[in-house]
Amino acid sequence: MSILVDRTTRVLVQGITGQAGSFHTQKMLEYGTVLVGGVTPGKGNTQVHGVFVFNSVAQAREATGANATVIFVPARFAYGAVLEAVEAGISLIVVITEGIPTLDMVRVRRKIQGLPIRLIGPNCPGIITPGACKLGIMPGYIHKPGTIGVLSRSGTLTYDAVYQLTAAGLGQSTCIGIGGDPVLGSGFIDLLQLFETDPQTEAVVLIGEIGGTEEEEAARWIAAHMTKPVFAFIAGRMAPKEKRMGHAGAIIAGGKGTALEKITTLREAGVTVIESPAEIGATVSQRLRHVASSTHRACS
Amino acid sequence: MKLHEYQAKELFASVKIPVCRAAVATTPEQAASVYETLRDQTSTDPFVCNVKAQIHAGGRGKSGGILIARSAQEACDQAESLLGRRLVTKQTSSEGLPISAVLLEERMEITQELYLALTIDRFQASPVILASRRGGMDIEEVAATDPSAILHERFDIFEGPTPATLARIPSGLGLSGALADQCRDILCGLWKLYESHDASLIEVNPLIVSPDGKLIALDAKVLLDDNALFRHPDLAKLRDESQEHPLELKASRIGISYVGLEGDIGCLVNGAGLAMATNDIIKLCGGGPANFLDVGGGANVEQVAHAFRIILADSRIRAILVNIFGGIMRCDWIAQGLLNATQELQVRIPIVVRLQGTNVEEGRRLLTQAQRLNLVSAEELSEAAKKVVELAQRS
Repeated sequence: MSILVDRTTRVLVQGITGQAGSFHTQKMLEYGTVLVGGVTPGKGNTQVHGVFVFNSVAQAREATGANATVIFVPARFAYGAVLEAVEAGISLIVVITEGIPTLDMVRVRRKIQGLPIRLIGPNCPGIITPGACKLGIMPGYIHKPGTIGVLSRSGTLTYDAVYQLTAAGLGQSTCIGIGGDPVLGSGFIDLLQLFETDPQTEAVVLIGEIGGTEEEEAARWIAAHMTKPVFAFIAGRMAPKEKRMGHAGAIIAGGKGTALEKITTLREAGVTVIESPAEIGATVSQRLRHVASSTHRACS
Repeated sequence: MKLHEYQAKELFASVKIPVCRAAVATTPEQAASVYETLRDQTSTDPFVCNVKAQIHAGGRGKSGGILIARSAQEACDQAESLLGRRLVTKQTSSEGLPISAVLLEERMEITQELYLALTIDRFQASPVILASRRGGMDIEEVAATDPSAILHERFDIFEGPTPATLARIPSGLGLSGALADQCRDILCGLWKLYESHDASLIEVNPLIVSPDGKLIALDAKVLLDDNALFRHPDLAKLRDESQEHPLELKASRIGISYVGLEGDIGCLVNGAGLAMATNDIIKLCGGGPANFLDVGGGANVEQVAHAFRIILADSRIRAILVNIFGGIMRCDWIAQGLLNATQELQVRIPIVVRLQGTNVEEGRRLLTQAQRLNLVSAEELSEAAKKVVELAQRS
């Protein structure tokens, strides 16, 4: 088990003929993802790395039975691309594209409200269920199948964390980058819910950063509903106010969204907050071993 | 992207949000003639106006950035005392920001000061109006000490503010009759402006009630969504690069995210989250990062070389930490970029390099050949951070 994607996920790539789309199509194929088609308007009936290209998502879905899409189209066309996937009835939409106007994302969120659609991103590395399916741009080889769920607003910091987990002998159930933009398709809470009910997932690592209140809201949800252990790292303690730290969403605005505020709220919710980004793997490994051995003692 | 107050007020006027009689000047002589023009439009005698420094930061009033002029000569003198100087406020760095324009504005009598803003509620993914009776002061302070004094009204992006929303805000602000009508018009104007210009924040602080019963935007703050500037080429032209940190500006032109910090350890990282985390771990180890730098996921050798040049241009730097997790970015490209950037420069400061991920062996091999550089390699992030802090303290 895992969440959102597995071996049965049938994936489309929107923007497959672009540089990033084509490059990552090859990488996803190498990982073993079931890529059933690509979409680029006006470039139908061609092939990219052996994947058939369609002119529209609707055509692609009808021909292939795709149930997920990963979007690489440029920011100015991304709104249209997402709506096209929504209208074609694709239930899992992952948007890798960086630089989408915030109001476009607000409009998208309004459009999918109440629909059975899971939107991930934008400005994210995507989703991977190690050994089964990769929908995104993360380096596949650092992952290993296992029981840790990983949620993050970042890309390379997540790779580093996953690398540490794998090195500590901890595999992952599913890893999801929710994205670095201010308005996101899915938040931490949506995905924590899925990890909480996923039998394979034993613990969750949550990697947050400054800006917004995503982490604080997650903390409230965790305190009320989460039974599995949650570990967190929050990036940006050193970030000055009112400065955008790379990600469009990583900004302390109006005094809100500081790392300290997030760390405090998460700790109060019972989350183990890790101080150093270099200690993520080691901390999770120690704590889980500790829990396992104390459980063992309790039973013996 | 930030706009100046005078630019924001021009946008306000275009959607009929009332602003004071005002005009901008860039020289003392121009300030004098602007004063005369404004004076001739009114019957008040003597005509009193504010001379407001135009910088991309608040807190100007308390820092001597807003002066008063009662004559053309005074307008000229006050403008002269502001123009060309740098203004330091509690919202700027210790270096302050350069004043290259002043706004001369009719001075208003104030009966009441209110606060009004429009932004996006990120978590709810919805536009939200913020309003408070406690205008004219630092709204962050109000939010921290008395959050109930700020009204939040979310509305649907496709419908715009509904009549019910438009009724609740003025009533929450204690406005009735003609003032409530004006408030509703202002709210509609704000939303029209926000939506059509892809703003990320519009703030009116204070929105004043004048003695003759009018609502007027006394200050105006507009932030635009950088990601949407491609559909507003006219607005992109309003960017004032003199208000930006020179290295941040240089970096942004070549697609690198850079933010200057206060320390002495230069940082070169790929990815925004990892770059923030690298700053954090340096601090944890007792050092101070001089910058946040995200070279980007898809950067090439040349971009990496540019990033090094930007870091090396900062005279405070005593050591550099390169922290790369190669995913899409290949470690050998980083190594090659480092070699290219340092080829023409005599770089003596120590550089700690931590490479991990794609093509790491090739990257490390390239670096071992660079005898002329003071390179220290590290495999783990904590080890790299400890080393760089130690080297910065020693050099």
